[in-house]
Amino acid sequence: MSRTPLDTVEHAAGTPDVALPWAELGLKKDEYERIVEILGRRPTGAELAMYSVMWSEHCSYKSSKVHLRQFGEKAPQSDALLVGIGENAGVVDVGQGYAVTFKVESHNHPSYVEPYQGAATGVGGIVRDIIAMGARPVAVVDPLRFGAADHPDTKRVLPGVVAGIGGYGNCLGLPNIGGEVVFDSCYQGNPLVNAGAIGVMRHEDIHLAKASGAGNKVVLYGARTGGDGIGGASILASETFDDAKPSKRPAVQVGDPFQEKLLIECTLEAFKEKLVVGIQDLGAAGLSCATSELASNGSGGMRVTLDDVPLRDSTLSPEEILMSESQERMCAVVEPEKVDRFLEICAKWDVIATVIGEVTDGDRLEIYWHGGKIVDVDPRTVAHEGPVYERPYARPSWQDELQADDANKLPRPASSAELKDQVLKLVGSPNQASKKWITSQYDHFVQGNTVLAQPEDSGMIRVDEETGLGVAIATDGNGRYAKLDPYAGAQLALAEAYRNVATTGAKPLAVSDCLNFGSPEDPAVMWQFAEAVRGLADACQQLGTPVTGGNVSLYNQTGEVAIHPTPVVAVLGVIDDVARRTPVAFQEEGQLLYLLGDTREEFGGSAWSQVVHDHLGGLPPKVDLERERLLGEILISASRDGMIDSAHDLSDGGLIQAVVESALLGGKGARLVVPDGLDAFTFLLSESAGRAIVAVPRSEEVRFNDMCGARGLPATRIGVVDGDAVEVQGEFALPLTELREAHEATIPALLA
Amino acid sequence: MTARIGVVTFPGSLDDRDTQRAIRLAGAEPVALWHKDKDLKQVDAVVLPGGFSYGDYLRAGAISRFSPVMETVIEQAKAGLPVLGICNGFQILTEAHLLPGGMLGNDHLHFICRDQKLRVENAETSWTSDYTAGQEIHIPLKNMDGRYVADAYTLDKLEAEGRVAFRYLDFNPNGSLRDIAGITNEAGNVVGLMPHPEHAVEPLIGTGRTDGLPFFTSILKKLVNA
Repeated sequence: MSRTPLDTVEHAAGTPDVALPWAELGLKKDEYERIVEILGRRPTGAELAMYSVMWSEHCSYKSSKVHLRQFGEKAPQSDALLVGIGENAGVVDVGQGYAVTFKVESHNHPSYVEPYQGAATGVGGIVRDIIAMGARPVAVVDPLRFGAADHPDTKRVLPGVVAGIGGYGNCLGLPNIGGEVVFDSCYQGNPLVNAGAIGVMRHEDIHLAKASGAGNKVVLYGARTGGDGIGGASILASETFDDAKPSKRPAVQVGDPFQEKLLIECTLEAFKEKLVVGIQDLGAAGLSCATSELASNGSGGMRVTLDDVPLRDSTLSPEEILMSESQERMCAVVEPEKVDRFLEICAKWDVIATVIGEVTDGDRLEIYWHGGKIVDVDPRTVAHEGPVYERPYARPSWQDELQADDANKLPRPASSAELKDQVLKLVGSPNQASKKWITSQYDHFVQGNTVLAQPEDSGMIRVDEETGLGVAIATDGNGRYAKLDPYAGAQLALAEAYRNVATTGAKPLAVSDCLNFGSPEDPAVMWQFAEAVRGLADACQQLGTPVTGGNVSLYNQTGEVAIHPTPVVAVLGVIDDVARRTPVAFQEEGQLLYLLGDTREEFGGSAWSQVVHDHLGGLPPKVDLERERLLGEILISASRDGMIDSAHDLSDGGLIQAVVESALLGGKGARLVVPDGLDAFTFLLSESAGRAIVAVPRSEEVRFNDMCGARGLPATRIGVVDGDAVEVQGEFALPLTELREAHEATIPALLA
Repeated sequence: MTARIGVVTFPGSLDDRDTQRAIRLAGAEPVALWHKDKDLKQVDAVVLPGGFSYGDYLRAGAISRFSPVMETVIEQAKAGLPVLGICNGFQILTEAHLLPGGMLGNDHLHFICRDQKLRVENAETSWTSDYTAGQEIHIPLKNMDGRYVADAYTLDKLEAEGRVAFRYLDFNPNGSLRDIAGITNEAGNVVGLMPHPEHAVEPLIGTGRTDGLPFFTSILKKLVNA
């Protein structure tokens, strides 16, 4: 058997003509040439592996970076922001010495290839980001998008994704408190599996991903490294799917939530004893990412001995070890005198921990294997100085035609009976139907701090048992709106999440986003992306809620067909006392229903246009961010001062959808009167933004009206909580039993 | 003088801190116990909390049952120490043969999380005396492997001796035989159930009900009055 010589730095320098598989690793020719230029020689196999994963779209944001800068440039002044974009997750001050970290990420491609593991490891990854900031994870949320509900492949993907999220999150002991489930044939073949997490810590516990202090030890701890997930970031997440290529299944990682639970507990214990100088989780690009990011964010260099990495498979090559995305691993920088105690804590939790290197004086990242130096790079060139593309973008030629296809001109119901039928069809349509079959597979109760969970407008977690301080989170996105107008669509996603947080009584503080788009190599997609980012950055500036971090997922397309542009926005809010939270459910008969905000004829992208006419065209609802802010302030004041007992934001499906949900959750009906100046159809089904319904106790009516009047927010009395039907005077009455059947039977019938 | 109630943390325990909170809210003193430690720190009672100890690998509760702390728990439970097993704790108790029968995967093959209606069948155990027999309560349920099974002889014996402590009402969430949600040993000091009383102790949190608090006040009264 012949032995190939180890491809050391020295060997590489002496063999400039060796052909390397850069194209197979996803690099473009000019990118490879740049690596050669940076190093002044050809890269070793190990260096090539590192650059290829770190310069992938997924890790380097090479197509999106030039646009994402706006989030920083336009960031509103916010006293609440403790750590901004660039770290594992942003950190927000929520008062009383507490800080909250939160982030949303995508795990779209893996979840299509292998739904259970793809979704499960998506949860695992976002949770490790939260731990890496020094926080205890306290909740997760999952915005999900699938192909048509009745498509056979949806029955393969959705149950696997849901079981994976549940299987992982439940086993970690994290309540799942929010998210969305949306069906649209545009996601056929490209489901969106976004995962968000929140963590809580004291201000002084914030940790950052940097390796400082020469002589400090680099400790790898958690699971052993195996051959799973190799190339996940570069191959899976950074290319479009193509049926002609071999299966990408082995590129999906396999999760072990039990190991991650131990990782959480042992990391938090190490933090508590102040044993950690810097920390990074191993996610996309594994050790390549962790070592190069830790080193480039720190003051010096780093030397790593790859032979010391505990392996699941002893035949792995150094390149594979560097690229592996085996889950449940973390990397900590620890002062030498604290290493023993750190290892002791890991041993207590039965977590394998190994010193694999140390921080050095220099500015190089050096990695050794079998005594030879196989990597010698400036870590910044790997982690931060990847290629940046100014991708061409252009407003697609079909955009005008799409917007001209006005949904307001679609045939409307001609009679009360037809209106009633359409309402019933709407509340039972897959997107508007109850998602209980899905959410009941998630634990909502664990940790004993869940104040609100889906289907509430936002999830809410108590942070302090004594004071009642709490945080709320909502995630929203509407790809249909964004397709019609990406700028407005992104703003509407933010507006809805903002409104959802305020509806529960919490004050919106900060934003994380997950930007799901098609191929950046298509100028039309790139235009959608650029517009959405610009819209979101502008809106965040106006609403005073900075973007703290997030994730971009590109290449969500099969062949030439991209998904709808789908910016998903998470808004985090704070509430001083969770006892003041406002639920969705109607609480008491006799309470008065008020509609807040203005209702216009706005049906572009609406649920009605989709369900009744299978139509997408026209313009999305008008964006009025000052109105959103005012509405939010009123909802928060009313909640704090006990003026409302329930509230529900109006979004897709319009007013009738909101009333039906509040009625079914509370087990109490409503009698509605169509206000002057509106027709019943527009009143019930328009999707004008900046609106909510509230239930006001009679004793509070005057005070509530006075407040809205003084602040200039239109508040229209539209009915009363009463009876066991939803009745629209002069139009129709639908018994709750019939509504419940329509609303709750759809999803189990399709998927169970 | 109050009672000291231990809560064991196994690797993968999830509801250990919640259970400590419930004990505190009931007015007793929670004591953290560690799975590798045989010492029960002179507690007056022990709760084995919910979670996925050892990731439910092999079989839920099958590995934890052999942890050092369980040697002492088994020994002292036989001598009368009050022990409550919640969800994974119940699974551990059956694996440890402190309670008969066992748990299989839910019949519908999904994890299920819901506010579950129960009937208290035995209000005379150490952990249920603050309920009345026949009382209907709501307690959150969340499990993957919650289907209680035992042979017909054992089931008949449990029924005959009044050892079915809780039964699912209106809806059997996992296919448990005879709708059994929880059982007790002959002496009434060891109780196990799948639903989570520690998640129903505060009016604002979770389902907003406090139907689970009597578990913890029952044991406190028993210990303090003893």
